[in-house]
Amino acid sequence: MKLRLELTKCEGYGNCAAHLEEVFELDEWGYAMLKNDGDVPEGAEDRALRSVADCPVHAISVVG
Amino acid sequence: MSAERARTATAERPQVAPISEIPARLLFAASGRESLPDYESRGGYRSGGYEGRELIEAIEAAGLRGRGGAAFPTGVKLRAVAGREGVRHVVANGEEGEPTSIKDRWLMRARPHLVLDGLLRTAAAVGAAQAHVYLSDGPAAQSVAEALEELGTTPIPVRITRVEPAYVAGEETAAVRAIGGGPAKPLDKPPRPFEAGVDGQPTLVANVETLANVPLVASLGPDWFRRAGTEHSPGTFLLTLSGACRAPGLYEIELGTSLGVAIERAGGLICDPGGFLMGGFFGGIIGSRALDLPLDYGRLRDEGSGLGCGAITVFGEDACPVAIAAGVMSFFAESNAKQCGPCIRGTSAMRDALAALSAGPAEQPAVIERLQGWSVSLRGRGACATLDGAAGLVTSLFREFPDHVASHLAGPCKRCSAEELTPDPTTRFSVPISDQWGGGSG
Repeated sequence: MKLRLELTKCEGYGNCAAHLEEVFELDEWGYAMLKNDGDVPEGAEDRALRSVADCPVHAISVVG
Repeated sequence: MSAERARTATAERPQVAPISEIPARLLFAASGRESLPDYESRGGYRSGGYEGRELIEAIEAAGLRGRGGAAFPTGVKLRAVAGREGVRHVVANGEEGEPTSIKDRWLMRARPHLVLDGLLRTAAAVGAAQAHVYLSDGPAAQSVAEALEELGTTPIPVRITRVEPAYVAGEETAAVRAIGGGPAKPLDKPPRPFEAGVDGQPTLVANVETLANVPLVASLGPDWFRRAGTEHSPGTFLLTLSGACRAPGLYEIELGTSLGVAIERAGGLICDPGGFLMGGFFGGIIGSRALDLPLDYGRLRDEGSGLGCGAITVFGEDACPVAIAAGVMSFFAESNAKQCGPCIRGTSAMRDALAALSAGPAEQPAVIERLQGWSVSLRGRGACATLDGAAGLVTSLFREFPDHVASHLAGPCKRCSAEELTPDPTTRFSVPISDQWGGGSG
């Protein structure tokens, strides 16, 4: 599974990093940064889907 | 003519002159707008050259690269759009956002038919159903509209889309978005316009100077095109020269010419150079070593700089590069698209840090550390390249002027304190546009 983060949409809510620290990291202002090009490690798919669903501004999507 | 008089004279009317060794290809010094009969008498709109797929191959063989700033191989872009299913569009991008560049507006105001000829040939080659001219400049829009009237019907319909001028408006996804009726602001990628552009269809967005080279390649061929320039940067380019030079203005010169030779042929400098702003504001700053470097896309990139849109600003030895960088960063902080959080916050933070470094010695080691961190961590964190340009500006300041930066640790900088703290770099560095280029009242 692979996730996409839209930089124009992220407003720094940070829910993604709370759910999935393997893929999301927050910068000093709280905006999300994608790690490993958005590749979700095996076994973390459910938490990845929660990070997608819990983003209030729909900045995250599943791309593959 | 004294330097002061030269500056006054050119402030009213910038120099427009070929300074190439070969006959100029794109630019002529005569004032006024080139009419349809003028352009046709120079060989314009003539059939019989390379067309269709053969034109794409000729452009590939010519090695033409995009003149908007990215220097992407034009032939590759054409092939990508031609190979996709859908109702294809071609956009002549004349929205010249870089404040120090004037070449796109000159081309559209003075030589609209050269641009349209390139647009129509390119649109035919990729099998486009619709062509667009995208710009903000009023006189340029009028000039292009007049040119379309002179032509009557065109084989492929051409639509003009005019937007408010903005630094980010010329970015290719901003162009596509604005043509579709949205705001002229960049989008996240992918998709790129060749995948999904205007109306979601495959779209080629090409700078107007890039397109202006197409009729020449089509008529005279790739070997002719390669008679100027270098192997990887063939052809000539339009150089906008501004700042501490005797004759700020627009020049055409062979790619690969050294910056020092280009400046000499353009009339020279008014003082010893302290450094240069490269590629508009996008290529960062570089020290006087740039005088010996060839104006070649790859070579300047290897040096950590860039030719970008071909606009170069000279600053004198009396200017502190830290203050120059602070001024340009304030422009990035003001003029970014205000879309991506890291860009909004990052450019503001770097602006404040550079202003603090310029102003005085307090907390400076910490300021320098933060700047160095951001110059790395903020790369790739925006939907468009603005934040990369801002980060690159800081990198270039530390790389090119370490002694100047270090001197700010010792105490207040006299040259910086002589500067206004937040100079407006758009008026400070830009070349005025002449109303004598045609296309209406200017």
